[in-house]
Amino acid sequence: MSEQNPAVDDLLKRAQGYHEQIGDFNDALVEGLYEDAARIADHVVAQGTHARKTFDETLDRILTSRTWGFPIMIALLGLVLWVTITGANVPSGLLADLLLGVVYTWLHQLFAAISAPWWITGFLVDGVYMATAWVISVMLPPMAIFFPLFTLLEDFGYLPRVAFNLDRVFAKAGAHGKQALTMTMGFGCNAAGVIATRVIDSPRERLIAIITNNFSLCNGRWPTQILIATIFIGALVPPALSGTASMLAVLGVAVLGVTLSFGVSWGLSKTLLKGEASSFYLELPPYRPPRILQTLYTSVIDRTLIVLWRAVVMAAPAGAILWTLSNITVGDANIAAHVVNALDPIGWFIGLNGVILLAYVLAIPANEIVIPTVLMLTLMVGGTAAGQPGVMVEFDTARQTAEVLVGIGGWTLLTGINLMLFSLMHNPCSTTILTIYQETKSLKWTVVATVLPILMGIATTTAITWIARALRLV
Amino acid sequence: MTVNEHTQIPLSHGSACATCPAAHLQRVGIDTSNADYVVALAGNPNTGKSTVFNALTGLRQHTGNWPGKTVTRMEGMFRYGDKAYKLVDLPGTYSLLATSEDEEVARDFILFGQPHVTVVVVDATRLERNLNLALQVLEITDRAVVCLNLMDEARRHGLDIDHRRLARELGVPVVPTAARQGEGIMDLVATIADVAASRYARHPHRLLLKDPHLVRAVSDLASDLQKMYPGLPNARWVALRLMDNDPRMVEAVRSGELADLIAAQSGQMGGPGALELASA
Repeated sequence: MSEQNPAVDDLLKRAQGYHEQIGDFNDALVEGLYEDAARIADHVVAQGTHARKTFDETLDRILTSRTWGFPIMIALLGLVLWVTITGANVPSGLLADLLLGVVYTWLHQLFAAISAPWWITGFLVDGVYMATAWVISVMLPPMAIFFPLFTLLEDFGYLPRVAFNLDRVFAKAGAHGKQALTMTMGFGCNAAGVIATRVIDSPRERLIAIITNNFSLCNGRWPTQILIATIFIGALVPPALSGTASMLAVLGVAVLGVTLSFGVSWGLSKTLLKGEASSFYLELPPYRPPRILQTLYTSVIDRTLIVLWRAVVMAAPAGAILWTLSNITVGDANIAAHVVNALDPIGWFIGLNGVILLAYVLAIPANEIVIPTVLMLTLMVGGTAAGQPGVMVEFDTARQTAEVLVGIGGWTLLTGINLMLFSLMHNPCSTTILTIYQETKSLKWTVVATVLPILMGIATTTAITWIARALRLV
Repeated sequence: MTVNEHTQIPLSHGSACATCPAAHLQRVGIDTSNADYVVALAGNPNTGKSTVFNALTGLRQHTGNWPGKTVTRMEGMFRYGDKAYKLVDLPGTYSLLATSEDEEVARDFILFGQPHVTVVVVDATRLERNLNLALQVLEITDRAVVCLNLMDEARRHGLDIDHRRLARELGVPVVPTAARQGEGIMDLVATIADVAASRYARHPHRLLLKDPHLVRAVSDLASDLQKMYPGLPNARWVALRLMDNDPRMVEAVRSGELADLIAAQSGQMGGPGALELASA
């Protein structure tokens, strides 16, 4: 709009002149403001008794103590997971009964009644509907329990205490203490965690926080962990203890993720992103009584349903693709079988299988659909009549899922453990990758953040597999 | 001084009007088109800005009890009387010195976004530290309302805060609230409306400069700035930023962005410039 203006140039030149003449006056200004703030506060605030403060102080002394801080953190996370795992079982079964049993059968009858061609029924009911229904019954109950519990802790004011506890460890790892906050955000959603790294001033430490955020299990991966742990770890112990055993397994993976965050942060700050941790100012807010009803509302409506909707939107096309791939026959088998067979040797080498690898490719847009995709692929490829009506009608609980995976897919305990580890260490979902690129504006760091976890995942599962094979455990 | 009589009205005005339907608060949510006024929401981290935002807009933006939750700008809308207000929730910051990205977002919006009203949400239980930011905001804009939030916690802590005296010292309206309980929100809305419509004389607290060289340099630059940009509401602050070699500000002057903003604002509102003279 405005052209080069001599008056503007003159003004800027004079400002520059004053700058050189007077020197740095900013500190004095800020000091002046602080003095005024102190004076005004002194005028208007009268301190009476303060009973509540001592309660907060006592609680802080316990929750952030060197002895109790860490055990309490782990115990609280364990408690949240245990309530989620044991609480989600029954509603998951009911939902599966309804969606995969009753509604599925009813849809087939409906399509038969209007004499729809077999491929329309297959595409819509066995593909799109089935994938969507599976995502809902696998994901909805655990999320509807996990999110509110987590939000209650957040509302209470516990997260800054977590940051306070972890600060020492992050400082040793050469990372910023606020990374504890962004890491915790990542437990909800890694894309949100990556955006939250904006609170970190230093670009070096921010990059470390971005790259390691993926090691926080996100809500797309919690259900996978919980389901696989229930099937493979929970089955190792008597039924009464299976909830606890599954909880401990998931807790172990989550804690491993946090440990990896520290380790990778440390590695990065010693190699690619050298530097010292900067100090910062963390405010411990007062504890506030959580507002239970409002928390339930916001976490169910805003978080659970939004995340679920995202999963459904991704699952529907994935179901369509899956059904199509497993119903177009080339040569002696369908396309999905060809791909799975081609991936199987690689899968075997790293202790997974072709179905899991293909599922992870299809699930790049959303980790939520890994388990439903694995189940559908196993059924469609694994010998039973692919895509024929009625195949999955019997599916209802974790036990049936186990029958599908073990019986048809040939999974072992090793496959289960490896899948849990690979779910922790693999590429971020496409939303997160895009967010990383937007936040870093760097192709290089986006690639590092994407590839590094996959390499770590493959290395880990391969090592475990070959050690297990060498020891003849499988 | 005639304007001053006018300014005594605002604070109680909300409850008085609560009975007249036309002035009722109507929460519009995220549709921010057709706003008459833009209102910025600034404040330290974890003072309940997002809760105030939700209380005003009816949105249920997730709030969290930890500092730094809001790192991006959230927008929402509410109606009050016959006017529509667009509310922008800025990231919580301890200062506006623009050392990190969130501070820059907040400062740039208050200055270049030219909100009609900037609401500074302060934590009543940590008033001194929170006033640091409030005073920095007042250096930039005089169209401000201080929302003295978390009054319930202050009461629990046995703190007694003289909000009328605070308003006198700051030179802008102060509204005590407990946003989590919805307490004081109607008063806040009424006050925002008064400041937006320039029904409030503004003589905000400004830092007394002590260094005589600095005083002379600032008044020299500020008077030129005032001539070049008639209606510039914060010439002194702009002069200080220029003398501090603030790259963003130097760029805004050089590129003409500042000129465009001032022109746009005086064209759109007419009012503020005139009132500035009246209250000076």
